[in-house]
Amino acid sequence: MTAIHVLTATARLAPVQALAAARCESDCALEARQLSVYYGAFRAVKDVSLKIQRQKITALIGPSGCGKSTFLRALNRMNDLIPGSRTEGEVIFEGCNIYAPGVDPVEVRRRIGMVFQKPNPFPKSVYDNIAWAARINGFRGNMDDLVEQSLRQAALWDEVKDKLRQSALALSGGQQQRLCIARAIAIRPEIILMDEPASALDPIATLKIEDLMHELVKNYTIIIVTHNMQQAARVSDYTAFLMMDEDRAGYLVEYGPTDEVFTNPKDRRTEEYITGRFG
Amino acid sequence: MNTLSAPSAPTVRYLPEGDSFRSHMAARHKKGTLWLTIFQAATLVSILALTALLYNIINQSFGWVAVRNQVEPEALAIEGTPLEELSKEQLITILEAYISKGVMRRLESEKPFSVRSREDVYQLVEERVINPEILRSWPLADSLLRRSAIHQEVVETFPGARLQFRAWINPQFLRAPQSANPAKAGVRTAMLGSLWIVGLTILVAFPVGVGAAIYLEEYAADNPLNRLIQTNINNLAGVPSIIYGMLGLAIFVRGLEPVTSGAIFGLSDPTTANGRTVISASLTLALLILPLIIINAQEAIRAVPRSLREASYAVGATHWQTIWHHVLPSALPGILTGTIFAMSRAMGETAPLVVVGASTFIAHDPTGPFSKFTSLPIQIYQWTARPQDLFRNLAAAAIIVLLVLLLAFNAVAIILRNRYRSKRREG
Ligand SMILES: Nc1ncnc2c1ncn2[C@@H]1O[C@H](COP(=O)(O)OP(=O)(O)OP(=O)(O)O)[C@@H](O)[C@H]1O
Ligand SMILES: [Mg+2]
Repeated sequence: MTAIHVLTATARLAPVQALAAARCESDCALEARQLSVYYGAFRAVKDVSLKIQRQKITALIGPSGCGKSTFLRALNRMNDLIPGSRTEGEVIFEGCNIYAPGVDPVEVRRRIGMVFQKPNPFPKSVYDNIAWAARINGFRGNMDDLVEQSLRQAALWDEVKDKLRQSALALSGGQQQRLCIARAIAIRPEIILMDEPASALDPIATLKIEDLMHELVKNYTIIIVTHNMQQAARVSDYTAFLMMDEDRAGYLVEYGPTDEVFTNPKDRRTEEYITGRFG
Repeated sequence: MNTLSAPSAPTVRYLPEGDSFRSHMAARHKKGTLWLTIFQAATLVSILALTALLYNIINQSFGWVAVRNQVEPEALAIEGTPLEELSKEQLITILEAYISKGVMRRLESEKPFSVRSREDVYQLVEERVINPEILRSWPLADSLLRRSAIHQEVVETFPGARLQFRAWINPQFLRAPQSANPAKAGVRTAMLGSLWIVGLTILVAFPVGVGAAIYLEEYAADNPLNRLIQTNINNLAGVPSIIYGMLGLAIFVRGLEPVTSGAIFGLSDPTTANGRTVISASLTLALLILPLIIINAQEAIRAVPRSLREASYAVGATHWQTIWHHVLPSALPGILTGTIFAMSRAMGETAPLVVVGASTFIAHDPTGPFSKFTSLPIQIYQWTARPQDLFRNLAAAAIIVLLVLLLAFNAVAIILRNRYRSKRREG
């Protein structure tokens, strides 16, 4: 039963992938190949293969617990930090597998940044949040300029320019989240992973973050996990739909350009999920 | 019709309502009140116990004493000038008249009289000539309630003695070294000994303990060996302190004698030149509190939120940068609290120091890690073990000193922690 599921899933995926690959082979920023993630004996993500397009926003959607966060964290080796977790398969970034022996996870995370669901600024000043990230990576330029530039890119400058020396924890939730984005882009990653970055925010702050993503995608590749279908439809260029099989292992059901996935899904389960009849 | 109304008006009642609800409520509240009473009673008992302890200490530290002077000060007046107003030269003649040539010579060689101040000489007269002796003491409660009876008793049993109110804890008590005369004995040696010992203990135990905690929490793989180490540390925290004393005696006093006596540094105290030194005591106490510091620091490190670590890793920080810049600063208040607890424990430990060889009677201050030592709890223990009642008063006063020192430590810890916390909160 499980085997059949996998077979049908990959079989259906094959044309999509082939298409994407043919269209923009060099535009592929990150590629997961047969990626599986285990927590101890439990397999949370099963054989996910997909190619992320450069300078596009890719949305990961799917029911709660299907392994979206797990998959996302596997893309910059964040799961290494969880005792008992194990990854199989490959993630190809810049022509090399980030899980290959000899690859330094610190370098992977510096080049593939991450923004979390809950804003997690450092308990330092607004300025130091950004400055620290840059400094530990050996930044030697003008720090004031970098801080201002990062905050401007994160659409936060005007709100915090008078409180750079105040604690970041005194900012509102939405401001904190944009500070985290500013911190992530201050070290110039190539890819930014965002795990439900707007789930704790009100609609206005959410819109600000979405505008910000549209702005950032000119320079960065963005992968975002979201539970909000409208948000996925609004911001993303590509959408991947994940689901759980009966072992609660997450697998990829459908992946393609967002308008196709939302208007003309190839899989019945995608359609049911998007229209809200499921999950 | 019937089938439609059935779900909206259930016939089976799952939850009590009306009167039965109210009586159920009353029973629930009653249970709460019962527990509250028990907790209040428990608190009351501990407050009573604490009050009894304080009463006991205060009662012993103040009260009437019967004092008899060897020579009355009035008898020392020269030509109508009272003793307090005599000049230095006159005081020296008094000394010469009352004490032997030999003692005079010794005093002169300690510090020539020509350079001694008048206050100094006056004090010598007080100590050597007047030489007040405390014959008996009464606790504070008796002093207040049975005043006339005590007066009566003094007149009958101690002719020539005067009744005086004495605070056993006084500036002189803090300044004076140990002495066989209860009127002169002080805690200075013991206090300095305690401070030296605890200071060195923390100097050793804090870095080692925090280092071990970092290793165990951050680096040690989850394998049988490390689990064994962890279990052992947890168990060591419960080992009776006397056993650490035996360990310290075997390792530091005997095994490492050349080091702990200071001999290999050429620093050994000529009067001892063995391993029964401040450093041996400190190392023993450091072993004793190490498990406490490690366990506490581990707890504090474990309590650092995952999100903070992830934030650090996500901007490309290494493991060590994460530990140094985020984990340790955020765990520091907890680590400090644990360390202060451990420090208080070290301050109050007696048994292991007895085994390691605390000196029973030293009258000169410890000057460094290789001095002989005594400590406040040891001093208190010795004073309470003396047959004379007067030493009990000294013990009570020394307990006050110990408690004040402990309270001061804790206060400093709390202030440090709060300052640090608010600084972090404000960024
Ligand atoms: N640290 C962990 N240890 C063990 N199991 C975990 C851990 N984190 C997640 N899991 C399990 O892995 C599965 C996938 O979790 P994940 O957080 O990736 O889901 P998700 O798709 O992000 O869900 P949500 O939409 O609710 O955030 C779940 O069954 C979860 O219980
Ligand atoms: Mg998630």
